[in-house]
Amino acid sequence: MDIHALQQIVHQTRDARRKQTLPKLSPADRDQLIHKYHPDFRASAFRPIRFGPNVGDKTAIELATLLEGDSSIVDGFDLTPHYTTDVLVVGGGGAGCAAALHAHGAGAKVMLATKLRLGDSNSVMAQGGMQISVAPEDSPVTHFVDTLKGGHMQNDHQLLKVMVEEGPSIAKWLLSLGVLFDRDGDGNLHVKKGGGSSKPRLLTCSDYTGLEIMRVLKDEVLNQKIQLLEFCAAVELTSDEKGNCTGAIFKDLDNQRHVVVAAKSVILATGGIGRLHIQGFPTSNHYGATGDGLCLSYRLGAKLMHVDTFQYHPSGAVYPEQLIGALVTEGIRSEGGHLVNAKGERFVNELDTRDVVSASIIRECEEGRGIRTMSGRIGVWLDTPLLDAASGPCNRSCCLRL
Amino acid sequence: MAQEDSNVIDQPEVIRHKMVTVEIAGKKYDVPEGITIIKALWYSGQEVVRGAGCLGGFCGACAAYYRTKDDPKVRTCLACQMAVQDGMSITMMPPFPARKATYDIQALKDPKQDLFNLYPEAPLCRNCNACTEACPQKIDVREGVWKAVFGDFKSVSEMFMDCVMCGMCTPVCIADIAPNLVALYVSRAQGAHFTEKPVGLDTRIKEIQDGRFNDEWTKLLKMNEKELADHCATVK
Ligand SMILES: Cc1cc2nc3c(=O)[nH]c(=O)nc-3n(C[C@H](O)[C@H](O)[C@H](O)COP(=O)(O)OP(=O)(O)OC[C@H]3O[C@@H](n4cnc5c(N)ncnc54)[C@H](O)[C@@H]3O)c2cc1C
Ligand code: SF4
Ligand code: SF4
Ligand code: FES
Repeated sequence: MDIHALQQIVHQTRDARRKQTLPKLSPADRDQLIHKYHPDFRASAFRPIRFGPNVGDKTAIELATLLEGDSSIVDGFDLTPHYTTDVLVVGGGGAGCAAALHAHGAGAKVMLATKLRLGDSNSVMAQGGMQISVAPEDSPVTHFVDTLKGGHMQNDHQLLKVMVEEGPSIAKWLLSLGVLFDRDGDGNLHVKKGGGSSKPRLLTCSDYTGLEIMRVLKDEVLNQKIQLLEFCAAVELTSDEKGNCTGAIFKDLDNQRHVVVAAKSVILATGGIGRLHIQGFPTSNHYGATGDGLCLSYRLGAKLMHVDTFQYHPSGAVYPEQLIGALVTEGIRSEGGHLVNAKGERFVNELDTRDVVSASIIRECEEGRGIRTMSGRIGVWLDTPLLDAASGPCNRSCCLRL
Repeated sequence: MAQEDSNVIDQPEVIRHKMVTVEIAGKKYDVPEGITIIKALWYSGQEVVRGAGCLGGFCGACAAYYRTKDDPKVRTCLACQMAVQDGMSITMMPPFPARKATYDIQALKDPKQDLFNLYPEAPLCRNCNACTEACPQKIDVREGVWKAVFGDFKSVSEMFMDCVMCGMCTPVCIADIAPNLVALYVSRAQGAHFTEKPVGLDTRIKEIQDGRFNDEWTKLLKMNEKELADHCATVK
């Protein structure tokens, strides 16, 4: 059947689907589904790491190969620093800018080095919103519990507690810098309902949350005159005899020269690994998201956590070709967008956790209920009747983040 | 519906790549139709270091000029979002040395007046509208500059919410204004100075500081794995 005939089925079944409510999966059903269809459980895509702190741990072949790679720095390299600083921040996304501004605010001499331009990152694309428990009926404890559930109870409790408890102060800090979060009529922060959370908790800046936050953070880094090294990729960390990190070696991408920076502390904020295209999946990640920080720290002896799990975002475009991997925000599903297979059926509660939604999309595609697009890729429909937009097929999963 | 019909995975591929000829920085290349300009640069073997960032239409790193076949009009776009077509001429925009004012946003006493100290060129707009025509995000940039000058900071902050800071409005300005930087200052001032303080947020921060959730935390963090899992299951 050609794609236009398949599209008719979507139109014909819309009204019936609208009346349907699909339950979220029970923990047992969820585990079964995920073990069978989630890419993290595809054994052939994983292998043990051969050496280093995570020796024997299984991870995606692409990452294992990178972790075991040779250093590009040759013996006899001149380690005389070109710059000396208190705090060296590697990475110019949200985490890097926030770290640099806080360290600078606390009186440290800070240098921020980043592979592309300042702010060219995943953070600038995170438009869906940011979870912070600000609503009266919500609390950091509830936020903690929801996140644990989403993380299959694997989260580091201490780290998670810090994040949910400091969230509100970070929102206040961003507001003081001029970030325009959406408001309710009474001036309070407006919260939206996001996937996998029991309370509305998403702070947004219309549909441009990440863009707005990054515009402001970048501007603030420039206003504070924090020393910048742009188009400089960290290629190795340096250490003393005890193995403590003492700085980093960068490669200036404009002139291919090395730059050595000595620092009392180094903060790695190099973001995710989507551009490794693990298991051949398309990605919504930015150009530089190649997991550099993981390799840099691994070579200095750091043990990595959760190397066997990657996040696959459920909704990314598979058609048209120039939008491959482009993210379709969760918001479309929370506002009533339906995931629909070739038979015109919904097959999952669209607001279940991402792993469940991703795994069930893959199930539909693997069991022959997917739609083949004009360019030959398989996906399912994301039907957006309530948004009144034309329906487009949507990828099984596309976005990888760590 | 018949079973074999619904097994659409076995459908043959429907289209094959058609090639088109495009001109990149004055040189002709054959590239597959329908890919983005950035992908066309990669496809034709150009080294792309500057000129690509998020690849998602938000960072503004990929500002480009293009012209379609036989049309004299040179247009602007984000190269990661624009598909190539036959006969297209393309060139990437080089970084432009616009002046950004520096300021301490929180310390401003009179942000609407300070605009004229920080960006004294802003009121000199000559209304040529070139900035608006250059904006790939279709923002009414000229209008924004005037609204900024007249102190309507709220409207400016709304109008420029989807500004990706590509800077394409800047080289065209005959009054040497960088409208995007003016708008960024204005938007930040709007957020930091002219927007209500959310009372609920302060209450939450105080609750955390005063330890309102401490008992709950203690209880939760003492649980063993099983208890914690059971507790989590009760939260819907
Ligand atoms: C399309 C998309 C949508 C998303 N939507 C949401 C959302 O709605 N809500 C949400 O909470 N999260 C969302 N996320 C996730 C969120 O964006 C990330 O978790 C977050 O931005 C990570 O921030 P970061 O600063 O750690 O990394 P990034 O923002 O990716 O920044 C990493 C920085 O490090 C630099 N870098 C990388 N390697 C090197 C090197 N070797 N040397 C120097 N610099 C280097 C990069 O250039 C970049 O500047 C989304 C992610 C994507 C991709
Ligand atoms: S206002 Fe200027 S910087 Fe912003 S998107 Fe438009 S052209 Fe680009
Ligand atoms: S380009 Fe400059 S002078 Fe022309 S309308 Fe825009 S701001 Fe005014
Ligand atoms: S690469 Fe970021 S907007 Fe095109």
